[in-house]
Amino acid sequence: MAKFIDSVKKYVKDLFPQKIQRKTIESDYVLETENLGISFGGLKAVQSVNLKIKKNEIYGLVGPNGAGKTTVFNLLTGVYQPTEGTFYLSGEEFRGLPQEQTNHKGIARTFQNIRLFNNMSVVRNVMVGLHNQDEYKCTVLESVLRLPRHFRIEKKMRERAKELLDIFGLKEERNNLACNLPYGKQRKLEIARALATNPKLLLLDEPAAGMNPNETEDLMDTIRLIRDKFDMTILLIEHDLKFVSGLCDRITVLNFGTVLAEGTAEEALNDPEVVKAYIGN
Amino acid sequence: MKKSLKSFTKHYLNYSVIGAILIVFSIISLVSPMKTSMVFLFQQITVAVIMALSLSLVVGFLGELSLGHAGFMSIGAYLGGKIALVIIEAGDLKSSNILVFIVAVLVGAACAALCGFIVGFAALRLRGDYLAIVTLAFGEIVRVIFTHSDPESFGGALGLKSPSFGMKETFVLVIIGILLILFTLFVIQNLLRSKAGRAITAIRDNEIAAKATGINVTKHKLMVFVISAAFAGVAGVLFSYANSPVKADTFDYNYSIEILVMVVLGGMGSINGSIISAVLITVLNNRLTTILTGDNAVFKDLFYAVILILIVIYNNAPGLKGFREKYNLKNFMNKILKKKHDPSEITNDAARWDVVPTKIEMNEVLSTDIVVDKVGRGDDSADIRERGGNK
Repeated sequence: MAKFIDSVKKYVKDLFPQKIQRKTIESDYVLETENLGISFGGLKAVQSVNLKIKKNEIYGLVGPNGAGKTTVFNLLTGVYQPTEGTFYLSGEEFRGLPQEQTNHKGIARTFQNIRLFNNMSVVRNVMVGLHNQDEYKCTVLESVLRLPRHFRIEKKMRERAKELLDIFGLKEERNNLACNLPYGKQRKLEIARALATNPKLLLLDEPAAGMNPNETEDLMDTIRLIRDKFDMTILLIEHDLKFVSGLCDRITVLNFGTVLAEGTAEEALNDPEVVKAYIGN
Repeated sequence: MKKSLKSFTKHYLNYSVIGAILIVFSIISLVSPMKTSMVFLFQQITVAVIMALSLSLVVGFLGELSLGHAGFMSIGAYLGGKIALVIIEAGDLKSSNILVFIVAVLVGAACAALCGFIVGFAALRLRGDYLAIVTLAFGEIVRVIFTHSDPESFGGALGLKSPSFGMKETFVLVIIGILLILFTLFVIQNLLRSKAGRAITAIRDNEIAAKATGINVTKHKLMVFVISAAFAGVAGVLFSYANSPVKADTFDYNYSIEILVMVVLGGMGSINGSIISAVLITVLNNRLTTILTGDNAVFKDLFYAVILILIVIYNNAPGLKGFREKYNLKNFMNKILKKKHDPSEITNDAARWDVVPTKIEMNEVLSTDIVVDKVGRGDDSADIRERGGNK
């Protein structure tokens, strides 16, 4: 019986996650991680990662397969909670926030394998991204009763979504289903949706995966455009080293969950440890 | 003019069709009263349509499988019916009037919504099959509780003596039922064609992406579950007025499945489809019961099953694709309206967010070349990695 009560207590505790005391620090960086790490059972997937990303920077995270890059992204977006260390966005501690809260507070991401809302049109995909912003607030009751505010907000959201799509050259296809877009445009749409949530930091997980050289060139321009136009800070994972060295201001190389090297692309990629990890002795 | 017609058919066609049925029905009933069996069939249809609409919200739009929807309905029927009886007794009324009915509907909906909240709160953390099993168990628990309830208060196994309007004109209940359908349609359609509806369909399409885009998944799922349960409660109150006595055994597992069949056959994520298939299946069921009497009654379920299988085959068999495209409702309508086939219109139509592609379209979407493309480019093992399974 006592065991049963314990398990019920645990379940209820899970339902209401306890408040973690989060601190704020003085920080010049947009993203600052402090010994960030996670272990699954005995396996240390990522350990002591210290990233410091300045505002308006394009920062690269590279490493061989299984190095823990996507795990770092999952830690930053609240999919996993770090078992060690913590991280700050503009000085505000983010550890322990659930995924949607992380997004509300300013970290948006895209996925390695594209995850769009396939059965919705392109423009509605972006409108989902606008869902949580204060200027588009409208309660369910207002929508159901079709009060004037509902129509006003809907129109405003649609306009804003169209603007965003226009930047990415997707305006013409806004009424097509997302799953019917060609691959390169699906990538762009995913980025547009992430930007619609109005983030401070944008995480791109292998944005150039599966693209041909022309599409990659195009994507590099798009990413630069995002940085300039939205005043955005971008952290990206990529395998294509030409892409990384052409685009990123600074990079960090991960291997087996630990940091091998960091610095400008040229410095880091020529580091003997990095060469060893990629090519061997 | 053309555009306004299109927008009208998109937004108000179903309201106007149901409204027209309501008017025609009232006129016919006033001029020459229908047979009781006919009126009873109409009552059954109204209940079934509300149930199908409310379940299609959960199954078609949220993408969660609920097998205990009859449970919410029986809560509405029993508690709503009981409150009506209590009011009638306390107020020394001879029979229920419309005010009592409204109170009963509100109480029934509120009780069902409360149960929906409790079940949803506990069960929506599960997904897929597990949620289906929990809701199935809920439906059975409710049925057993009401079957073994106190005979004094809820009638026990004999069933609850249900309230009635005490009038000879039973068709009034049908008119109220159609008005309730219109109300249900209004709420559900407006909910889905709004910000919240977009979030709900986003969760159905890709829960992980919805979370990463900042949608509060638990909140939206719970909201849908509660609204759906509330409308099931409304249908239950209507049912309790139409059938006497209300027996808990009516709301068994089979009934839940029957509603699910309506939603699935109508096309997941299609409101109008759910309404049409709810009407058709109820009529089919009713006709079979009337035609097959005596010794032949055992064949009822057999015929019912065979007809359902045929409908599913017609809807989904790849061999019948050409036939379906040639003879379907849309082409028929186009022929009547003398519309020319316009390819651009079809792409626009395909972009309607509130209609999920049919199975055949889905098969096309998932056809091999695209799958190969996705595997080749996107690296499916990434999925496992993201969940941390390989680490």
